[in-house]
Amino acid sequence: MKPRTLASSNTPGRISLGEKLRDMSWLLILLVTAIACIGFAMLYSAANASVDPWMSRQLIRFCGGLVIMFIVALVDIRFWMRHAYAIYLVAFALLVYVEFAGEIGMGAQRWIDLRFFQLQPSELMKISMVLALARYFHSLDMDQVARPLPLIPPLAMILAPAGLVLVQPDLGTSGMLIMVGGAMFFAAGVRIWKFALAAAGTLAAIPVAWNFLRDYQRNRILTFLDPESDPLGSGYHILQSKIAFGSGGMFGKGFLMGTQSHLSFLPERQTDFIFTMLAEEFGMFGGLCLLGLYVLVFIYGYAIALRARNHFGRLLAIGITTNLFVYVFINAAMVMGLIPVVGIPMPLISYGGTAMITVLIGIGLLMSVHIHRDVRIGQRGYGED
Amino acid sequence: MQQNQQAHLRLFTRRAALLAGLKLTLLGTLTGRMYYLQVVNADKYATLAEENRISVRLLAPLRGRITDRFGYTLATNDQNYRVVIIPEQTDDLEQTLRMLSHVLPVSETDIARVLREAEKKRAFVPITVRENLGWVDVARVEINTPDLPGITIEVEQRRNYPYGGLAVHVLGYVAAVSEADLTGDPLLELPGFRIGKSGVERQYDENLRGSAGTSHVEVNAIGRVIRELQRDEGEPGQDVALTIDMGLQHYAQQRLAGELSATAVVLDVTNGEVMALTSTPAFDPTLFDRGLSNVEWQALVNDPLHPLTNKATTGQYAPGSTFKMMVALAALESGIGPDHSVYCPGYMSLGTSRFHCWKAGGHGTLDMLRGIQHSCDVYFYDISRRVGIDAIAAMSRRFGLGGTTGIDLPGEKPGLIPDRNWKLGATGEAWQPGESLVAGIGQGFILTTPLQLALMTARIANGGIGIVPRLRRETIFRPGDSAAPALPETASLGISPDHMFIVQEGMNLVSNDPRGTAYRSRIETPGMELAGKTGTAQVRRITAAERAIGVIANEDLPWERRDHALFVAFAPVVAPRYACSVIVQHGGGGSRFAAPIARDILIEAQLRDPARRVPAPRIAAVGPR
Repeated sequence: MKPRTLASSNTPGRISLGEKLRDMSWLLILLVTAIACIGFAMLYSAANASVDPWMSRQLIRFCGGLVIMFIVALVDIRFWMRHAYAIYLVAFALLVYVEFAGEIGMGAQRWIDLRFFQLQPSELMKISMVLALARYFHSLDMDQVARPLPLIPPLAMILAPAGLVLVQPDLGTSGMLIMVGGAMFFAAGVRIWKFALAAAGTLAAIPVAWNFLRDYQRNRILTFLDPESDPLGSGYHILQSKIAFGSGGMFGKGFLMGTQSHLSFLPERQTDFIFTMLAEEFGMFGGLCLLGLYVLVFIYGYAIALRARNHFGRLLAIGITTNLFVYVFINAAMVMGLIPVVGIPMPLISYGGTAMITVLIGIGLLMSVHIHRDVRIGQRGYGED
Repeated sequence: MQQNQQAHLRLFTRRAALLAGLKLTLLGTLTGRMYYLQVVNADKYATLAEENRISVRLLAPLRGRITDRFGYTLATNDQNYRVVIIPEQTDDLEQTLRMLSHVLPVSETDIARVLREAEKKRAFVPITVRENLGWVDVARVEINTPDLPGITIEVEQRRNYPYGGLAVHVLGYVAAVSEADLTGDPLLELPGFRIGKSGVERQYDENLRGSAGTSHVEVNAIGRVIRELQRDEGEPGQDVALTIDMGLQHYAQQRLAGELSATAVVLDVTNGEVMALTSTPAFDPTLFDRGLSNVEWQALVNDPLHPLTNKATTGQYAPGSTFKMMVALAALESGIGPDHSVYCPGYMSLGTSRFHCWKAGGHGTLDMLRGIQHSCDVYFYDISRRVGIDAIAAMSRRFGLGGTTGIDLPGEKPGLIPDRNWKLGATGEAWQPGESLVAGIGQGFILTTPLQLALMTARIANGGIGIVPRLRRETIFRPGDSAAPALPETASLGISPDHMFIVQEGMNLVSNDPRGTAYRSRIETPGMELAGKTGTAQVRRITAAERAIGVIANEDLPWERRDHALFVAFAPVVAPRYACSVIVQHGGGGSRFAAPIARDILIEAQLRDPARRVPAPRIAAVGPR
């Protein structure tokens, strides 16, 4: 392998701040800001053409999040790798803590009240798990990945938080953790037949799992299967969301003109159902535009992953991109009635602090991978030699 | 090591490509779903969104007025001004209510009730604080609205009967729609909507009701009205003019007010118009509009005097001697001449039974005119035995007895005129000759309503024309309208004018011959004289033992065992115009208790005769709608 010619003459692995700034993915930042601006517009509309109460606060959070994103991006990738397990353990500890002492909102997610914003450890866990898994698989060579035994610790890293989140009870986040973790297993090179085995096992476990679900979770699934069965009860949300989507048509009813959202037929229009509102006011055209922006972000993420020369960076970039993708997919599929209603926000659009910060930290990590794409990392997180 | 790294990178790249492919597929699914919802089914969901958003509300039409024949308003609508508070428009509900209590009296219980209701209802639903406000209170509240956030005045239509209980049984009443009234017409499901439940209010409900308007409003998910998009005022109900003369009706009611339970009916003999129709005791019709408590309702229903019942059309009484004209006509038409004489020793024997005359000593020998004049029971025993019950029944039916008269009021009762077939069908037993005798004096099985008796009298008075009683006039009576519309010739009952004259003359003698049974209740004013017939209907059987020691006087009996007092009459004797029946339930003898009432009513009717009188100026009672 040819040694890479660095822009500076510094020792390999050390990059100056100026170089880092120059190397920052400005286009990615632009994309992220564009998406966030769509979010601000929708929050403005959701509050019936008012900056308060949602848009203003979301704007502040975004600015704060951007600062955190920059810091995360500038920190050396080896730092993140070295502390991956520690971060994971902190997130896990917080998850355990809220299980016993947290506050419950909307009957699902638990949070810790930090006064200036409410911290949801389950959101933090999404990033931490990706970090930890990236570090774990970084340290395995191909032979080890092929063997079953080394797969047990990462499996535990996924299932332990997923289980904790499930009993919160937050079906959506739990599913997200499993999907993102699964994607990282896949990217790390775990044999495909093992996935098939896991899928078969999951299918077999469904009847058992059904018994452990709470009533409202069962209702959501039943309602999803037949939303018209109970149009004023559990099926109300999804039915109204579909009506909003459908009545938006090709080009929508116009900004601030959505009847479903402005007359409150659409529930939770500032959080989980904000994509519906966008689709009502801007139609299929508006919805596709937003999805298009996300696709550009995903492509950027993949490009970063493929250009990284260390395995940790690649896995991290894939994990983060997949995490973002799963957010978008679950939320959009949910509001369109493709999957049951689960509390997953549309990243950067939905009103909410932790999700916004988590997504921006993810983008920061993605940029960190990009900046440090040529850094070689040893098995334990130090320069390779 | 290097090789290994290269292989690892290739594996990663392959896997990343596969993952990206999977994601693209999923994004494709999302796009497909969007296309399905927003393009394929766009119209369906657009319709659903409109249905969500637009609520069509019915606007209750204004109910038509009911007037008397001269246009005096008997039933109308008035505004009930209510002060309401909308909780969400005030910061401190209780504070605002206390402020309001400085402007108009609001009791502590009212405040407590409003606060209680406010907890149950959505914050934008108005809560009534007080209703039936006068103009002064309305003005005071309006002036102070800047200091009373959330307080507004609302107007509601309410049925109003300006003369209170006047003609209450004719007018009937309106009340909230019950489940049995629902026909699928959404108007009936409107909260607070009232429909006619009895009387004219019910009979002409569809005319009075009008048709509903609609208001298309935009509502949000919890039903709050955002704005009105479109409004279509409905058709107000038609006015209904009655044949009733409010003044005569009022007089008749006043005249009966002293009786526990009585009826009076006045008909125009030329065309069947009901000039007055009253039944005592009455009730307050506005009670039903505002809603009765269960206790009030039970009290009305269980009252032994049945104030809710219109006894003039639904009370069924033995006609007593007022039935004798029918027997006389049946005899005349069967070929028994007016000079047919009967000797009355005070009783008549048939088989082993003895049938008594009301006059213990007997009347001696009488012809038909004198038989009617003295109301001799034996004379009518004799002729009814001769003509038989079937001829009497047939004649009675021609004069409107034994079947509903067809008056435009709901719930009219048919009464009962028995004949041989009826008895066989009803009891399975053959008709007994003695029963014909009892029927001949209007007792036994025979039942008539006061309206039927008035109609019978009217058909006698007009010379046998089959007029039908009616309550609705096409138009209000105006000066210059012909006083008496031409009689419909086709409606003749086909009775010989000579025979009609005998009966009319018999009734004339009853009132105007010094030995007539109602001579004391005659009208002396020339040209206004009346011709009548008394009736005293027994409601108990007088045993032979009682007869032996002397019949107990009515005054000594408990009220409900006393005789009914009846009187039917027409006036004037020449060219008759009005027919009247009066029944005083358990009043005693007809000549003493019913005849004076009928006389007074007929005097009043003739004094008010539109042919002589100038219609009253249309005063306050007929306000603009």
